[in-house]
Amino acid sequence: MMDRVILGDNQFFAVNHLSDERSRAQAIRFKEDQAIIDVLDNARACGINTFMCTTHDRIANICKYMRERPEEYKDFKFHPCMPYAHKYANAVTELGILGTLKAYIPGNILAVTGKAGMAYMRKDFPTLLELLIDAEMKMFEGMNTPVIFLQNVIVDLLYGLGMDELFVHYAEYIKKKYNAEPGFITMNMPRMVDMCERLGIENPIICSSINKIGFRMSGTIEEYEEYLNSDRKFRPMAMQCLAAGALKPAEAMEYVTRFPKIESVLFGASSKAHIQQTKDLIEQGFARHQ
Amino acid sequence: MIKAAIIGLGKMGMSHAAILGGLPNVEMAAMCDTDSLLQSAFKKLTKIQCYTDYKKMIEEVKPDCVYVVTPTKLHYEMVMFALEHGCHVFCEKPFALTAEQGEKMVQMAKAKGLVNQVGYHNRYIGTFNEMKRLLAEGVIGKPFYFMGEAYGPVVLKSKGGTWRSDKKNGGGCIEDYAAHVLNLINYVTGSTLVDCKGIQMPSIFSGEVDDAVYGSLYLANGLKGQISVNWSDDTVRKMTTSVKVHGDGGKLEADATTLKIYVKEDKPQYGLQKGWNFKYITDVTDQVEFNLRGEEYTAESEAFINSILTGKVDDRNSFESALQTDYIIKKMEEEAA
Repeated sequence: MMDRVILGDNQFFAVNHLSDERSRAQAIRFKEDQAIIDVLDNARACGINTFMCTTHDRIANICKYMRERPEEYKDFKFHPCMPYAHKYANAVTELGILGTLKAYIPGNILAVTGKAGMAYMRKDFPTLLELLIDAEMKMFEGMNTPVIFLQNVIVDLLYGLGMDELFVHYAEYIKKKYNAEPGFITMNMPRMVDMCERLGIENPIICSSINKIGFRMSGTIEEYEEYLNSDRKFRPMAMQCLAAGALKPAEAMEYVTRFPKIESVLFGASSKAHIQQTKDLIEQGFARHQ
Repeated sequence: MIKAAIIGLGKMGMSHAAILGGLPNVEMAAMCDTDSLLQSAFKKLTKIQCYTDYKKMIEEVKPDCVYVVTPTKLHYEMVMFALEHGCHVFCEKPFALTAEQGEKMVQMAKAKGLVNQVGYHNRYIGTFNEMKRLLAEGVIGKPFYFMGEAYGPVVLKSKGGTWRSDKKNGGGCIEDYAAHVLNLINYVTGSTLVDCKGIQMPSIFSGEVDDAVYGSLYLANGLKGQISVNWSDDTVRKMTTSVKVHGDGGKLEADATTLKIYVKEDKPQYGLQKGWNFKYITDVTDQVEFNLRGEEYTAESEAFINSILTGKVDDRNSFESALQTDYIIKKMEEEAA
């Protein structure tokens, strides 16, 4: 089981779906890594021990800090989400696809010796995928990473292109190499559930927007609710419960906790009071609906 | 079922292919790209037919519609070939390398009676559409000034490499970033940019091409304003586009997430109170069938496909409207030179 309440990282990296101005204010507030660590410590004090984060360069600094204090952070868990898409998107615009692979896969992919070069030469995509996963996971060395997520931009892209094989390979590699559960973030939850069933990816962890006003719930909210109320085998995680801030925490969490099938709720907050309040709302909500 | 084919599998081509693959009434049938890595990836991992020759693809696959998502200099020959073969065409922005080419494409699409669209996706963002509506209804009185801006972290170091850093091929910040802003100003104001003054197009890192665009702009309806665009700006995480219009009765300011409305009087018929009012993306966004990277990218393809299916054409992004954007770009380049 994943923890019921999980802290996200959007607030640290100037991601705000409702306001570009607020995202600038966040960028200023979290300029120093210590500001991020302070929030994580506050979350721990509230009893939240899982941090779901993109493989942003700055997370490497946070991991380094925790590695140096193993006793203090021994119960702390990361749910890495890869890749940090803007890094690659900007690189592809600037360097092209080959240039991007060269820049981000360790070793020389044009040299035929070594795993990278061989994989590139043979157009062995599953192996190239493994190399990219390893490159993204490097920063988490020595950390506890029980679930490793693929970001929605990649999940939904591969889904749309019909690259089914890569999902299967991702799931297998994450289990084998990292002894972790594969997770999938998506903007299209029902389709993803269907696909995992079709591909034999059993009981997948699927993280998607789930909120009262249907924001970023592609297709219809009714379809989402039908899946959440069904006995389909998947482990839903809810994100964007506040619909980018359009909903107040109490009504937002009241809605999400109506679905006992939801294993975890992801949220972002910076102040200790806000973190505690949200955690209480989630836990009390689930308890009430049991 | 609409059979679709794509020419050019760069970042945008890939995104279009995946969105079309996710739409229920579309068969993503074929792709064309000369990159060998992409060719192998699509052959090995997808059911999409792969070609390196777009003419052969169109002749063999006979798609209902073609997405042209290649560097600007290639648009003309590809769009014309697709139109000549009776395909509806979605072309990525910027539209054409020269005004003459653009005009020919507009004429051909009209003569053939085919659906034609250009990928200015901001026209499918709820906040900008709401701004357009309120402006047209006179909510801020008589407008006297506009400002269009876009900032993003695309080119942050001195090194070239792709067609975007090549002026002759339609590269540079004006073609890539500023084009969106110019196109959006035309859309939101319901007028057309016809002139410019004092245009500065500095190169910050790129050497041969511009990395920023600043200057004064003039609309056909007499409204004057300014543009400020910079794609070498790492103070923002991703491309951030905004438009402001100031009127004698208030202000409208929109970006992709928020519309801010300032009115000097209560406007109960619009649900607006004197002072600042906010509308968020969550209030003004329609749900789409499949979401890859924002509703607007699906919405533009849904509009294109629906135009083909129903014959009721959503022409908010027609070739003709994109040509207007090309015209002002050329004027600005001449003015800056």
